[in-house]
Amino acid sequence: MKPLLKIENISKSFTLHNINRYIKACNEVSLVLNKGEFVGITGKSGSGKSTILKSIYRSYLPEKGDIYYDSEKFGYINLYKATERQIIYLRKYEIGYVSQFLKIMPRTTAREVVENAVLEMGYDEIYAKVEAEAILAHFQLDKELWDSYPIIFSGGEKLRLNVAAAMIKKPRLLLLDEPTASLDIASKEKVRSLIEKLKRDGTTMLGIFHDIEFMHGLCDKQYNMEERRLREKKLVPTEMKEASQLSDLRKTI
Amino acid sequence: MQDFEKKVLSVKNITRQFGEGCEYCNEDKSNLNRNYCSHCYTIYACRDVSFDLYEGEILGIVGESGSGKSTLVRSLYFEQEVAKGEVYLFSHKEGKENIFNTTSQQKRYLRDYSLGMVYQNPYLGLQMKFSAISNIAQKLIAAGSRNVGQISSCANELLDVVKIEEFRRKDAPSTFSGGMQQRVQIAKALSNNPPVLFLDEVTTGLDLSVQANVLDLIRKIQRDLNISMIIVSHDLGVIKMLANRTLVMLEGCVIESGLTDQILEDPQQPYTQQLVHSLL
Ligand SMILES: Nc1ncnc2c1ncn2[C@@H]1O[C@H](COP(=O)(O)OP(=O)(O)OP(=O)(O)O)[C@@H](O)[C@H]1O
Ligand SMILES: Nc1ncnc2c1ncn2[C@@H]1O[C@H](COP(=O)(O)OP(=O)(O)O)[C@@H](O)[C@H]1O
Ligand SMILES: [Mg+2]
Ligand SMILES: [Mg+2]
Ligand SMILES: [Zn+2]
Repeated sequence: MKPLLKIENISKSFTLHNINRYIKACNEVSLVLNKGEFVGITGKSGSGKSTILKSIYRSYLPEKGDIYYDSEKFGYINLYKATERQIIYLRKYEIGYVSQFLKIMPRTTAREVVENAVLEMGYDEIYAKVEAEAILAHFQLDKELWDSYPIIFSGGEKLRLNVAAAMIKKPRLLLLDEPTASLDIASKEKVRSLIEKLKRDGTTMLGIFHDIEFMHGLCDKQYNMEERRLREKKLVPTEMKEASQLSDLRKTI
Repeated sequence: MQDFEKKVLSVKNITRQFGEGCEYCNEDKSNLNRNYCSHCYTIYACRDVSFDLYEGEILGIVGESGSGKSTLVRSLYFEQEVAKGEVYLFSHKEGKENIFNTTSQQKRYLRDYSLGMVYQNPYLGLQMKFSAISNIAQKLIAAGSRNVGQISSCANELLDVVKIEEFRRKDAPSTFSGGMQQRVQIAKALSNNPPVLFLDEVTTGLDLSVQANVLDLIRKIQRDLNISMIIVSHDLGVIKMLANRTLVMLEGCVIESGLTDQILEDPQQPYTQQLVHSLL
């Protein structure tokens, strides 16, 4: 089976003309993401993690390398060579992205945010309304908040709304940039159970996590950003970890 | 489901010059420091501008004052004497005829039936002495409507869309606020159901809450009617909110184009970087 996403040796740098700076954000990064997998990326702040996700989503202009994606509409396509119109299509129907910095549309209620995501896919208003209510409930956003503006939401609420707006489209690929950063434990738990559910539903996900331990047992693969490259980290299989915890427990008894 | 690659307008190498030109003009052609020839002082308000507009898309054009944005859209609306270049409107002869080469009668027809324009200055788009409703009626008549009852109900519907209260519709736009005037202009521009709508700095000069209101209206109309739009603004905030793709203009040239978030997050040209950084 072809992987859903295959990144081959992408490099990205920024030239800031006005302050005369050149920044290399990532260098020859490669990664494979199989269908239904949940892969986590870790790394220090500024190490180039977000750059990878933004390159996949094409918020950053391609520079070097290839990103192959197995699209429902276009077949096996190199995202680095796709046209802008193709990317717009894929963003609308296949690839979701939840950014590290929560974006909010001005003067748009939570309900409208999720409804618009469905409407832009071409569904009618009745379908959009039903789906929107279902997903807002699923993400446990207080009913009182549905018709208010997200500008007043807490970080966790904004995040859940952003994830909801990405998820309601049922994307084939979901990119998550630090969805647990700056959340309290309870909100983190909610995100985790959400990811668990998405995974059960078969969504393929690539996520950046500051505190990857939190995702333990969920990640199929884990990469760490070191010196502008990704290195795969060998995961300790869950059973082994549980066994060692068990023996620890026995010792304490 | 709509086809993502369906073009509605294709623009190739539009150049608009003011002046005779001389043998040295070409040497200056790609000079981004000025838009005129240093020998003969011919102004090149647009230089070799090319782009495509797709169905249901909002294309943003951003650039500082004098960069050629208005010249470009007004040329496309046949406002100014025809510029050089090729323009294909796909609702006209399936895009096989350069509409710059049509007769002036055909151009008037295209304007009345297939294009819409909203100006920064409402005095250009509206007859200030006639009532709001008759401004719209005029455009409907120009676009071929003859049934009085139909014209009136259609005009009222459009004014509903842009939220002009019923009791103000018989008043002249000169008695309206700036935001209301823009809304009437939008209603008028929409009245012939154009496949392409041009909006030139439509919120410039309005105060912020009114600006927000007009921008929301544009976004809603675009979503509900799926009209393709070209929206010109020197304000990146407006572009960020509305445009799917963006062209950046400087001294008459398109110096950079791309997905709007890419232009904002990874601008390539020094000018664009400066523009984006001043937004943050
Ligand atoms: N759009 C940009 N323009 C200029 N430099 C950039 C841009 N995006 C990233 N960089 C630079 O590239 C490097 C990698 O940044 P990136 O955002 O990918 O880091 P990160 O690993 O996601 O960090 P964090 O954990 O803080 O989010 C940094 O030096 C950053 O300053
Ligand atoms: N009728 C004209 N005669 C001479 N120069 C003009 C004319 N119209 C526009 N220009 C020049 O063309 C350039 C672009 O102007 P314009 O399209 O109005 O810019 P923008 O809309 O981007 O502010 C400017 O240098 C302007 O002075
Ligand atoms: Mg980051
Ligand atoms: Mg102008
Ligand atoms: Zn000259």
